[in-house]
Amino acid sequence: MGRKLSKPLLAAGLTVALAVMVGCGFSDTAGGGKGQTLNWYVFNEPGGANEQAIEVCNEQSDGRYNIAYRRLPTDANQQRELIVRRLAAEDSTVDLVGMDVIWTAEFAEAGWILPWEGDLEKQATDGKLEGPRKTVEYQDKVWGIPFTTNSQLLFYRKDQVDKPPKDFTWDEMIDDAASKGKGVEVQAAQYEGFTVWINALIAGAGGQVVDEDGNVKVDETAARAGEIVAKLATGKAAPAGMANNKEDQARIGFESGRSAYQVNYSFIYPSAAENVGKDFQRKIGWARYPRTDPDKPSRPPLGGINIGVGAYTQHKDLAFEAAQCLAQPKNQAVASELGGLPPTTESAYDSPKVGKALPFADLLRVSIEEGAPRPVNPAYSDISLAIQKTFHPPDSVKPDEVRSKLEDRMEKAAEGKIF
Amino acid sequence: MEAAAGKASPAEAPKKGRLSERAQAERKLAYMLCAPAILAMLVVTGYPIGYAVYLSLQKFDLRFPDDKEFVGLSNYTDVLTSSTWWSDVGTTALITVASVSIELVLGMAIALVMHRAIFGRGPVRAAILIPYGIVTVVAAFAWRYAFDPTSGFLQGTFLLGDDAAPLTERGGSLVVIVLTEVWKTTPFMALLLLAGLSLVPDELHEAAKVDGASTVQRFLKITLPLMKPAILVALLFRTLDAFRVFDSAFILTGGANGSETVSILGYNILINRVNLGLGSAVSVLIFIAVILIATFFVKALGTSTAQQRGEV
Repeated sequence: MGRKLSKPLLAAGLTVALAVMVGCGFSDTAGGGKGQTLNWYVFNEPGGANEQAIEVCNEQSDGRYNIAYRRLPTDANQQRELIVRRLAAEDSTVDLVGMDVIWTAEFAEAGWILPWEGDLEKQATDGKLEGPRKTVEYQDKVWGIPFTTNSQLLFYRKDQVDKPPKDFTWDEMIDDAASKGKGVEVQAAQYEGFTVWINALIAGAGGQVVDEDGNVKVDETAARAGEIVAKLATGKAAPAGMANNKEDQARIGFESGRSAYQVNYSFIYPSAAENVGKDFQRKIGWARYPRTDPDKPSRPPLGGINIGVGAYTQHKDLAFEAAQCLAQPKNQAVASELGGLPPTTESAYDSPKVGKALPFADLLRVSIEEGAPRPVNPAYSDISLAIQKTFHPPDSVKPDEVRSKLEDRMEKAAEGKIF
Repeated sequence: MEAAAGKASPAEAPKKGRLSERAQAERKLAYMLCAPAILAMLVVTGYPIGYAVYLSLQKFDLRFPDDKEFVGLSNYTDVLTSSTWWSDVGTTALITVASVSIELVLGMAIALVMHRAIFGRGPVRAAILIPYGIVTVVAAFAWRYAFDPTSGFLQGTFLLGDDAAPLTERGGSLVVIVLTEVWKTTPFMALLLLAGLSLVPDELHEAAKVDGASTVQRFLKITLPLMKPAILVALLFRTLDAFRVFDSAFILTGGANGSETVSILGYNILINRVNLGLGSAVSVLIFIAVILIATFFVKALGTSTAQQRGEV
């Protein structure tokens, strides 16, 4: 009898065990085990800054909540794919979301995150730099609290560039690199980082692709951006494999001596000491992001992470409280120290930790304040894809065709059509 | 296919129309034994396909849930009138035809080697099958790194000049994608062909030899015709697979430089733009294309097996 039943019993037992494992997958991995568990979905920061912030807050909460670190990939597109699926399925385990600055409009419009109203709005935006503050605003409401921010600088090798470039234009930089037989490293693979570059070029010429009301408005500055892209890609300063290069390939090209210049995020500075050595790190010079137009100040790219509260959470009040705790200046300073991510709060720049980790913190702060956000639009990912498809591959860009092509794709994107 | 199998069964033929009690009971048992499988298939394939068709008739974007409405076939007209879809179909067809034909030739050669191998048959077969055992994504990464202009080990070899970056232009991208596909799935092709090869009776070869047929003649007149069903099955499997190529192309180029395949287009719309209506229309169209390919091969296969039995 016992033997006959054993197989179905085993099967039933396995099914139950599986169900239990799936059902309780979350509760048994949640840290200390006291208080309400809040899940924070955020990219896996390799320096350990997120872990420290969580530790600080779990202690400060005095046992009322317990934040669990739900790691998302480091690639922005992959993060979004994962979190969008959970939010669209109204997953109630999403209490806190680490949102890339470009997601605000999309998530707010779809009703996936909760607005910060009244006193909360003040808490989220008080004392924040203007650039990051704008990234949490959509339709006169605030949708998150700025945590970290980021901008790009122009880095150059002092051993290859004797005259420090000040207020360089892209044209001057490309010509200078070409005359030295060196390259200019950019992010030109077909991905979000490419949109970052194109958007900065367009904004630097005083233009935009979407106006304040969220309507498609491509102007002649798109052609100007196309000129720079084509000039670099078809000229001597084009680095090998440019059309496939992301941040890391740019870093390697710069470190290897292939290129004299690179536009990149500040992470390359600590990474230079780590991968090549302190001597090499001392050879790195920095300047503000290059100008598109000689008469207009450049508009450096603006990135970063905001913390939002998921719309389907069952612990709204605790989540808002935890988000504020995570984004406090003390944690921001830790994020600069461990992850090289600049703070969003003005006062955090006074912390000696920030100055030590990022010797160019002041320049970075100006870049962030005067930076150009990417289009604020609920269909941002469509717009980004349209920009990428129009300007890629960079060596085939025809400046006089760019504007009409971009306009056509953007309109199709806005109508939800194929492009 | 089912009808052909029924006709072929000699045990059934004489008692057509009336089945013995035992046969009836057996048939009932067969249905009951098949039922769970059919049910499972309906749940895991029938439902998703039906749901995709339903979604493809809606205007439905996850980001704008309030705008959801029934729009009939307008998603389909949108896709079918766009130049993006047709250029992607062209790219996909190019990759499919190139990779499948190279695989067929190489696969046949490898199958002949495996068939004739006298010593070390086991190790030879195992070695040939290794690429097929490697996860496609991993293989694609290996190929991408190999061709990387900064750190690729093919740099400066006779294959590539210095600073060559084949993955940054269309021709090079397509060549590398095809190469990856060929490297990865030739063993599968070879395995299917080997099965067909072992069906060719040795006596025929011996008889032809006695009649003075050369090796080439024997291959063309005996081996190939007898293997036709096996070749068609192998081509069918590989063409269906190749038309849906996603992973290798996605890892190698992400669809950049005019190497976007229909599956990557579908991915971009469904997963990135979360436009479920339009994306489902693309998926359904890919599904229809796959059915057309399958029908074509099954028809060809049907005639060839019928010919072999001398029914036509």
